[in-house]
Amino acid sequence: MSHLDSELQQLKAETIKMWTLVNNQLRKGKEALINLDKDLAREVILSERRVNAYELKLDRDCENIFALFNPVAVDLRCVLAVLKINNNLERTGDIVEGIAKFVTNVDQNFDKQVLEITRAVEMYEAAINMMDDVLDAFDKENTAIARKVFLQDELLDDINLKANAAIAAYIRSNPENIESALYLLSIIRKLERVGDQAKNMAEEIIFYIEAKVLKHRSKVEKQKNN
Amino acid sequence: MYKIESKNVDFFYGPSQALKNINIAIKSNTVTALIGPSGCGKSTYLRLFNRMNDLIDNTRISGSVLIDDEDIYAKGINVDSLRKKVGMVFQKPNPFPKTIFENVAYGLRVNGISDKKFIEERVETSIKQVALWDEVKDKLKKSAFELSGGQQQRLCIARALAIQPSVILMDEPTSALDPISTAKIEALIYELKTKYTIVIVTHNMQQAGRVSDTTAFFYMGELIEHDNTKTIFTNPKIERTQNYITGRFG
Repeated sequence: MSHLDSELQQLKAETIKMWTLVNNQLRKGKEALINLDKDLAREVILSERRVNAYELKLDRDCENIFALFNPVAVDLRCVLAVLKINNNLERTGDIVEGIAKFVTNVDQNFDKQVLEITRAVEMYEAAINMMDDVLDAFDKENTAIARKVFLQDELLDDINLKANAAIAAYIRSNPENIESALYLLSIIRKLERVGDQAKNMAEEIIFYIEAKVLKHRSKVEKQKNN
Repeated sequence: MYKIESKNVDFFYGPSQALKNINIAIKSNTVTALIGPSGCGKSTYLRLFNRMNDLIDNTRISGSVLIDDEDIYAKGINVDSLRKKVGMVFQKPNPFPKTIFENVAYGLRVNGISDKKFIEERVETSIKQVALWDEVKDKLKKSAFELSGGQQQRLCIARALAIQPSVILMDEPTSALDPISTAKIEALIYELKTKYTIVIVTHNMQQAGRVSDTTAFFYMGELIEHDNTKTIFTNPKIERTQNYITGRFG
């Protein structure tokens, strides 16, 4: 194995570690939200520092590889993809932290019914599945798995679109819970952004493996590029 | 703590000063690249470590050069023993006009080793270390000149390894080779550093980036900067270093 191959392998391994951490954060965030577990939420908030530390390290590793090895072709695409995926993961970490902060601030009388009527839990699980799939795609360098997320994202979009109406109806019936309902709307928007981050990462994986640029193309086109 | 150290080293070719107050400390099992424009003193500095400059008339050194904490320019130093400990590979592959086998065995024989089995084992080990064995094992009795340039260079490295040095000096070892051979030599350098301390002069900055742990930038006989290669190539401390590595001069 050449020196560059060894460095690229390490870079991928570190990316997978960061990714696994972020996906675990997502899971803990979901449990904290469903159970209104403030301790678990605080754990998520504290762990966000590790995500940030990983981001800085991966940025530096990519910089070193560019400077020392002048990678080309698939190696160059790999490092470019990792650089962007790193950014996506850090933002996902921020999103989860935001959800955890909501849990730490929420009133214990929070009405869990609003979670059901907005399908927030279903949305959260779909977001986690998307992130798991994209990680799997990166690990196995499998673009077919990466492409799955474009379809999965439709569920998140659907729930997000219907969330306004669902929450408005809930608020009309339960005006005393308006604050919690609005917080939940914010969480739904955050989960929709997690879906966007997962899609972006899928696009980067396809760019890395197939050298195809799917940015700014329609969903139909992205799925066609199979 | 350090495998090689030069302390306040000045070097002169007659009245002309080629090296000025060079202070470098090199750790064991690392690769140190010496970079800089032509005539800056890189090769002169490299040749200090095996006293090859002694072969040039009218040269003078001051300061100290230590290998394993021993001043190699002290009185009483056995230069032949030094050159066993410090092997060298040159820019142009220079196999002896002998068979492939004898090229590698030669160093052992001149050092008094005559045990046939020992020599055979050491030759095989050395040639395997440079990833050349599969290519030559069936033609060890053929002339070394029948090998390609890249193979000859790897044979020269095997020749140096056969007498089990602890330091290997490489003076532009790939500048005469094609890209594929260059890549093989660079991969070899990366593997060899687990067992040896390597100092390499290179004009190819990208090569310095690929193979070395630390890089020393020379300019007009002076050491401008010596640091981790990552630092030199991402954020050098001295502006002149940055100008050189970005191609703005030199």
